[in-house]
Amino acid sequence: MLNERVSEINSLLSEMGGLVEDAIVKAIRTMAEKDPTDADQIIEDLEPRINELEKRIDEECLITLARYQPVAHDLRRVVAVLKIDKDLERMGDHCENIARRAKEIIKEPLLKPLIDLPRMAETAQEITKEALDSFFKEDTHLARQAIEKDVLVDQLQEQIIRELMSYVLADPRNINKALDLIFTSKDLERISDLATNIAEETFFLVEGSDIRHMGPKDQRKNESL
Amino acid sequence: MALKIDARDVSVYFGDAQILHNINLGIEEKAVTAIIGPSGCGKTTFLRTLNRLNDLSPDFRMEGKILLGGENIYQTDPIMLRRRVGMVFQKPNPFPMSIFDNVAYGLRLQGIKDKRLLQEKVKTALIAAGLWEEVQNRLSSNAFDLSGGQQQRLCIARAIAVDPEVLLMDEPTSALDPAATSRVEELILGLKKNYTIVLVTHNMYQAARVSDFTAFLLSGYLVEFNKTDIIFTNPKDERTQRYVTGKFG
Repeated sequence: MLNERVSEINSLLSEMGGLVEDAIVKAIRTMAEKDPTDADQIIEDLEPRINELEKRIDEECLITLARYQPVAHDLRRVVAVLKIDKDLERMGDHCENIARRAKEIIKEPLLKPLIDLPRMAETAQEITKEALDSFFKEDTHLARQAIEKDVLVDQLQEQIIRELMSYVLADPRNINKALDLIFTSKDLERISDLATNIAEETFFLVEGSDIRHMGPKDQRKNESL
Repeated sequence: MALKIDARDVSVYFGDAQILHNINLGIEEKAVTAIIGPSGCGKTTFLRTLNRLNDLSPDFRMEGKILLGGENIYQTDPIMLRRRVGMVFQKPNPFPMSIFDNVAYGLRLQGIKDKRLLQEKVKTALIAAGLWEEVQNRLSSNAFDLSGGQQQRLCIARAIAVDPEVLLMDEPTSALDPAATSRVEELILGLKKNYTIVLVTHNMYQAARVSDFTAFLLSGYLVEFNKTDIIFTNPKDERTQRYVTGKFG
């Protein structure tokens, strides 16, 4: 009864997570390979499916709450899923932003070779995968690992902005191209942040602890309590 | 999905008192339909019209018709009807005889005398009722030696031994503790693969957990009938809303 429902919800969430991971990879690949095929797939297929899954998972959770009145660990799981699917849906939106922008960017020569953006995307995708795995496996160590990788994404973003600013300062006509890449890095940074939210939900699921809005130090202190 | 039972404009009276008012309700085959409502709303009366148990009251009168597989049950032999429509009551009511004889009782009434066939059918029914593992080594023990939950599952085994098409359950877990309730609920979910089940319960959470469809009765009227998912997440009638949220009843 409740177990079957929870397993159905997990399976839908896993499907949704898989689509988001795929969208992250394809979004940045559009730019790296200068091929709009992946971007079109995100816009026309992946993102709409992610949206539909969000609605379906919400409905499943609503029915589960109403019909089975889950408590304790089961209740935390359903509540966490309701938050995670919002995060995944927002991640899908950011992928769509990147895809739409990428389709424009690749029409002209790139301002500079892409090095850090693909690394950012790769790391964001890794964080997403680890965060979701940590939730399904109820593994707080893996969740911690995912959360700590977010720092790397933030550092890469700062580096990208610094480098692009130098291009703008050298020639202000580069500003549009530079801004496109900066906005893309911002999307990736947000994707990574949303993925860490998912990892934080693993702590809520496993320990019942709320580690949101704490710095990494306080989070670790909280975990050792 | 096909309708197994179709109640059309059913009104029930006991003497001058009208208990049910023009009930129209289609019960899907091989699904669990729960009937919920506050005490005195007529849910048990409705259930008992489905196998003509109300006929036993001298002042009972009914209008409308109830079709079972398209056939009007009030134009058939009630004994034959009750073979097709089994019933499980609120309180476990095993007969004062052995576990085996309880389950074999209806089969023997059907004229089955072959010992091997009886053994086979009793075993099948006990397995289906989730009781075989617990009683296989003491089939000759008195049924009253079983716990309350086991007795209720024995009654379910007795009901399904004669291979009915429909199982009526009248608050089948109200006399059981939570663990036994949970086992019976799991059993109900398993049984719906083969039987059409109508479950009367005063416990609306039970209806929420196990049923596919839910009918809400109030003062003898059918207020709302819909998929259980909808009744418990987005009921259409304000009175259903108030009942399922515990604001009355």
